[in-house]
Amino acid sequence: MNGVPVSAYLALALILFCIGLYGALTKRNTIIVLISIELMLNAVNINLITFSKMGIAPSITGQIFAVFVIAVAAAEVAVGIAILLALYRNRKTVNIDEMNELKH
Amino acid sequence: MENAWLIPLFPLLSFLVLLLFGKRLKEASAYVGILLTLASLVFSVIVLVARLTDATFKAEADWLQIGDLQLTVGFEVNQLNALMLVIVSLVSFLVHTYSKGYMHGDERFPVFYAYLGLFTFAMLGLVLSPNLLQTYIFWELVGVGSFLLIGFYFNKESAKAAAKKAFIMTRIGDVGLLIGMILLFWQTGSFEYDEIFASVHAGEVSGTMITLTSILIFIGAVGKSGQFPLHTWLPDAMEGPTPVSALIHAATMVAAGVYLVATMFPLFAASDTAMSTVAIVGAFTAIFAATIGLTQTDIKRVLAYSTVSQLGYMMLALGAAGYVAGVFHLMTHAFFKALLFLAAGSVIHAVHTQDIEKMGGLWKKLSFTAPLFLIGTLAISGVPLFSGFFSKDEILIAAWANGNYVLFWLAVIAAFFTAFYMFRLFFMVFAGKERSDMKKVHESPFTMTGPMIVLGILAVVSGYVNTPWFGTFLGDWLVDGNEALGHGHIEGPAWIMIVATVVSLAGIYLAYLMYSKKTLARDWFTSRAPTLYSIVVNKYFIDEIYNSTFVYATKAVSLFLRFIELFLVEGLVKSVTGIVKGLGKTGSKLQSGQVQTYSTVAFVGLAVLLIIFALTGGYF
Repeated sequence: MNGVPVSAYLALALILFCIGLYGALTKRNTIIVLISIELMLNAVNINLITFSKMGIAPSITGQIFAVFVIAVAAAEVAVGIAILLALYRNRKTVNIDEMNELKH
Repeated sequence: MENAWLIPLFPLLSFLVLLLFGKRLKEASAYVGILLTLASLVFSVIVLVARLTDATFKAEADWLQIGDLQLTVGFEVNQLNALMLVIVSLVSFLVHTYSKGYMHGDERFPVFYAYLGLFTFAMLGLVLSPNLLQTYIFWELVGVGSFLLIGFYFNKESAKAAAKKAFIMTRIGDVGLLIGMILLFWQTGSFEYDEIFASVHAGEVSGTMITLTSILIFIGAVGKSGQFPLHTWLPDAMEGPTPVSALIHAATMVAAGVYLVATMFPLFAASDTAMSTVAIVGAFTAIFAATIGLTQTDIKRVLAYSTVSQLGYMMLALGAAGYVAGVFHLMTHAFFKALLFLAAGSVIHAVHTQDIEKMGGLWKKLSFTAPLFLIGTLAISGVPLFSGFFSKDEILIAAWANGNYVLFWLAVIAAFFTAFYMFRLFFMVFAGKERSDMKKVHESPFTMTGPMIVLGILAVVSGYVNTPWFGTFLGDWLVDGNEALGHGHIEGPAWIMIVATVVSLAGIYLAYLMYSKKTLARDWFTSRAPTLYSIVVNKYFIDEIYNSTFVYATKAVSLFLRFIELFLVEGLVKSVTGIVKGLGKTGSKLQSGQVQTYSTVAFVGLAVLLIIFALTGGYF
């Protein structure tokens, strides 16, 4: 485990974040967008844990923070999916391009 | 007399009441108007009787304080005012009564009475005013009343045009009045008549300034009284209902110009140029309008031109220093011309046309109207023993005594024309065979004939207040205590009276030959001078000349200004709004509602910020 350098963890997190960002910005299916957001959150989690273990001042704070993020993400997805379902029942679509009613 | 200020308030009250409750009162609004003008009439008569013995009464209250300048409002009862009050309120009361029959069934009946109230209020206020400023205010109000009443049938295009024409033409004159008023104020420091006259009398105002101001004020009178060259609105004003023509365009408002000159008489008298201007314009208008009257075939238009002509007589009298003659004719004219208009209204009411070519033989059918019309015609023609005879005689004597022999003979010729065209009108309407297409002619109701009878009596007897035979009571009273107004009676050669009588009888006889006996062909004259005839029948093409000069020029200028407005001003405004609109549109396109676009922008922005941050090392 010691053989893996910090940069590798950070690179993984970066790649995950970029994939998530790309998905969140380009996909038209709202479910994919939600999943992509989860990817970005998890990339952040990896970052947090990496620094909590191998940062300049290692401590348990980062790990606890990651647990919080997971909990909040779970809640967010629950709410997000609920809204999406309600929308789908009304509009018969999950296409994010068509959900532009809030601009008015 | 202390309560004379109440007189104009009754018609104002009538106006307000009818404005608020007219719709509910319907035709009962006539009673409101009639009763309130009757109250005015009663008060006016009381004031006149009181003024016969008492001195002039004047009361004023402060209105405005501007710097050192104190503007006042108030009222004054002198001889002229008291006389005018009675004339105006009497004619107004009779017209109110008459209209109850004439306007019966009109759906805007209450509005008509409301307008009448407004007009009467303004006119009574005008004659009570003790200073120029107040006069001017009421002067304009009178104009508004006239505008509303001429345009009463506003769904008729011609009535609308006539109302506008009347308002604009009189406004042109009013500009002169306003400038004259301001100049006078500048010179004398006061709007009060007394103070103006006092300072003119004391020689504080230069001669040129007196001439200038009095001519400017005269221009105002020219506009209001329909004198040449601003006369064209008056015949067109006949588009209004006939009682209105009787009230406004015969007896009261058009006399306001004469009244103004009479009120300002001491100012005019101080300048020979101003006096001769007034006399010349008056005499010219008298004969000019009389010739047009010879050719018209609309019953009301003939009367309108005769009004213009008679007003010219009054101006001639005032210009020839015949103050009494002018005011006397103003009074008699108010009665007999109102009578003629009301009788003409009764004829129109009966036959539903205004074209005298289509009338004839109405003498038997209109057993009240016809004799009354005859009385009015005799009075205006100056037949002896009728009121018009005495007043016209006074005017001729004044013109002769003043040495204006040319104007005197013009006035005599105009008198001949007057007699001729009035009897032409009379014979064409009432004499001759009955027309087969005039079967259903009926006499008017008593509300209409009653006022006519009153006016008919006055048209006969009102002349006797000032005659060379039984004493010049009116004249002596009018100038009493004011030597600036001239003498109460001007002695003239006796042959003038004979000439006037002969001339009017000759006119009547000629009309009789042409239109009743028909021994003289109607086109005897017209076939001999067709060019002259066509000029006269087209009213000397004055309207056409105005149209092709003033109206055309104004239209050209306004068209030019419209283009400036359209391209320059509006172009500027449009480009400004265009730029703002364009910006707004671009901005609103950014707000597309696409969440992904927003977040892309946010991330790109963040990235750019980070790059800048990294490159500058945090010093940005």
